[in-house]
Amino acid sequence: MNIHEYQGKELFRAYGVPVPKGHVAFSIDEAVSHAKDLDSNIVVVKAQIHAGGRGKAGGVKIAKTMEEVRTYAKELLGKTLVTHQTDEEGQLIQRLLVEEGVDIQQEYYIGLVLNRETGRVSFMASKEGGVDIEEVAENTPEKILYEEIDPLVGLTAFQSRRIAFGLGLPKKAVKQGVDLFQKLYKLYLETDASIIEINPLIITTEEQLIALDAKLNFDDNALYRQDRIRGYRDESEEDPKELEAGKYDLSYIALDGSIGCMVNGAGLAMATMDIIKHYGGSPANFLDVGGSATTENVSNAFKILLSDEKVQGVFVNIFGGIMKCDVIATGIVEALKTIEMNVPLVVRLEGTNVEKGREILEKSQVEVISAFSMDDGAKKIVEATK
Amino acid sequence: MSIYVNKDTKLVVQGITGSTAKFHTKLMKEYGTDVVAGVTPGKGGETVEGVPVFNTMAEAVTETGANASVIYVPAAVAADAISEAAESKVDLIICITEHIPIGDMIKVKRYLEDKDTVLIGPNCPGVITPDECKIGIMPGYIHRKGHIGVVSRSGTLTYEAVHQLSELGMGQSTAVGIGGDPVNGTSFIDVLKRFNEDPNTHGVIMIGEIGGTQEEEAAKWVKENMKKPVVGFISGVTAPPGKRMGHAGAIISGGKGTAEEKIKVMKAAGIAIADTPSTMGETLVSLMKNRRT
Repeated sequence: MNIHEYQGKELFRAYGVPVPKGHVAFSIDEAVSHAKDLDSNIVVVKAQIHAGGRGKAGGVKIAKTMEEVRTYAKELLGKTLVTHQTDEEGQLIQRLLVEEGVDIQQEYYIGLVLNRETGRVSFMASKEGGVDIEEVAENTPEKILYEEIDPLVGLTAFQSRRIAFGLGLPKKAVKQGVDLFQKLYKLYLETDASIIEINPLIITTEEQLIALDAKLNFDDNALYRQDRIRGYRDESEEDPKELEAGKYDLSYIALDGSIGCMVNGAGLAMATMDIIKHYGGSPANFLDVGGSATTENVSNAFKILLSDEKVQGVFVNIFGGIMKCDVIATGIVEALKTIEMNVPLVVRLEGTNVEKGREILEKSQVEVISAFSMDDGAKKIVEATK
Repeated sequence: MSIYVNKDTKLVVQGITGSTAKFHTKLMKEYGTDVVAGVTPGKGGETVEGVPVFNTMAEAVTETGANASVIYVPAAVAADAISEAAESKVDLIICITEHIPIGDMIKVKRYLEDKDTVLIGPNCPGVITPDECKIGIMPGYIHRKGHIGVVSRSGTLTYEAVHQLSELGMGQSTAVGIGGDPVNGTSFIDVLKRFNEDPNTHGVIMIGEIGGTQEEEAAKWVKENMKKPVVGFISGVTAPPGKRMGHAGAIISGGKGTAEEKIKVMKAAGIAIADTPSTMGETLVSLMKNRRT
C-alpha cells in the first residue's frame, strides 16, 4: 500500500526523523493559509500523488511570495499530473504539501528495501542523491553503499556509522546520521514497511540532516495490524474495480484488453493472460479468485469482470486444488441469474469435484462453451471474440 | 526414491480443527498419507478424522514420532506455528498459509538458520510423492507415479504440468510447490539439487513467474551442476510492471524480475522453455527423447 509524501513525513516526524516544516492543503485558500504560517522566505508547493517523478513533471513549485503560492496552488490542484511513473492519463492532484524551503548543502539517497535473495532488509545509501537511483545502480553501482540488516540485532550502531562515514557526512553530522538511520529502521520495522526511500536526504548549510522527500510503501499482508497506516489509505488513487474486488478478497488488476479472465491461482492467472495473448487475443484483467472463494465471491468476481465495458468475452479457467469446481460452477450459475451475459463465455474446469462442477453447468440454463484444456479454452475464447 | 516425502513420512497437521485443515486432512488420509497427529491449542484430546489432536507440537511429536508438519493456520499466527514446528525438531515443515506478513517471515527465516528443519512455503500447495505421500492441497487424482520432478512457485500451474505429464504417460517422482511469497523457506536451487541427486528423477519441469531472481540463480546452478534435462515455463510475460500479480512475490520492480529476463537466462543455461503453459509436458518429452538419441 502506498501513501502520500506528506503522510510519510508525518510518520517521520513521529519517529524523530527531521523533515521541513509543512502542512497538507486540500484547497487553494488552505495552501495560502499554511504558507503564511510557515513564515519562510521560500515556500515549496508540491503535488501529492502516489507516484514519483513529480519534480520533473512540473509538480513541485518554488514560491517566493504569497501570490506565487496562490498561483501555483491554482495551477496544480484539480489538474492531472503525468510523470514517468504514472500511465499516460496521469493522476489527479487533490492534495498539496506546502513546505518551507531549506538551504541544501549536499544531497544523499537513503533506501530501505527487502533483499529477496537473502530474505533480509537492505539499507542502501548513496552520495548521488536527488537523481534516479536506478540509473546509479545501473551505471555506477560502486557508488551505492549497502548494509544488510540481521533481524536478530536490527540495524546496528556500527553499521549506521559505516554508512555515515561512507557517505562522507561532515563530522558534526555523523552522530545525527547514525541516530536518523536507526530511527528509520525502527519505523520500517514497526510499521511493516516494504520500501522507505528518502531521495534526497539533505544536509543544510547549518549541517542539519533533513528528509526532503518521503516515499513509503507498506506490506499489504500486514495492514491488518497497522491501524495508523490503514488510516492513510487514499482510495481515490486506486482503480475502482480493484478496490471493489479487494472488498471480496479477490485479487484483481485491470489491463486494457477485451477478454475477461477468472482463474484460481496467481501463476495460472498470469499464464492464462499469457496464453490468450499467444493466440492473438488480449486480456482485460488479471483475476485470481484464490483458494477460499465462496459462491458469493465468485458471483461478485463475475459482476466486476462484466462491469468492464471493454470485455467482449470471458474465459473461466479453473484447476481446483483448494478451490472446488462445484463452488465455481454454482457461483457462475448464480451470478448469471442476475446479470446480463451478452458476451461469449468459455469455461474450463479441472480438479477437485470436477464432475460435480461440470454437471452443475450442464444442468443450468447458462450458455457455456466448454473447454477441456487450457489450450482449448484460450483458442475458443479468442475465436469467439474475433 | 523421491525427495522430501515418502511412505515413511509421519505427518502432523497444525490447525487441524479449522475447516480447511479438516477437509484436507480427510483427503490426505484418503490418498494414503500417514497423518499421525493434529495440533490446535486448546483442543488437545479431541479427534479429527480419526487423528488425535494435541495442544502443542512438542507433545504431538513426542507422543507420535511425527517427522513432518503441515500448517493450515491463519496468516496472523502462521509464523509462530512455523517456529513452533521448527523447535519441535520435525524434519520438514510445509506451510500452506498465504498472506503472512513479510516481516514475520524475515524473522522466521532467521530463527530457522541454526536448525536442521526444512521449511517449504509459505503460500504453497505442498509436496506430493505419488502413491506414497500427499501433503497439502493438490488434487491427488491427477498424479501418477513416475520419474519426472516438478518444482513450481504456482500451485495451479503445477497441477497443469502434472496433468499434462500424466496424460502423456510420464509419471512424477515428486512435485514440490515452493510457493509465491518473496521470502520463503525453499528455493528452486534447493529442490533442483535434490532432484539431481535422486536416482528416481530423470527429468525436471520448473515453473516460475515474475518477481525476484530465484529462476536466474537456479539457471546458473543448472548450467554448472544439473545432470538431468530441465524444462522451464515462466508466467507473467504479459504482466505490467510495478503491479503485484496475486502472489506477494510476483512483482516486477525497478525493471527487475521480468519474465523475459528469466526466460533469457534460463535458455542460456540450457533449460528448454515451453512457450505456452499447455506445452510443458510435450516440451519435456521431446527434450528427453533428443537427449537419448
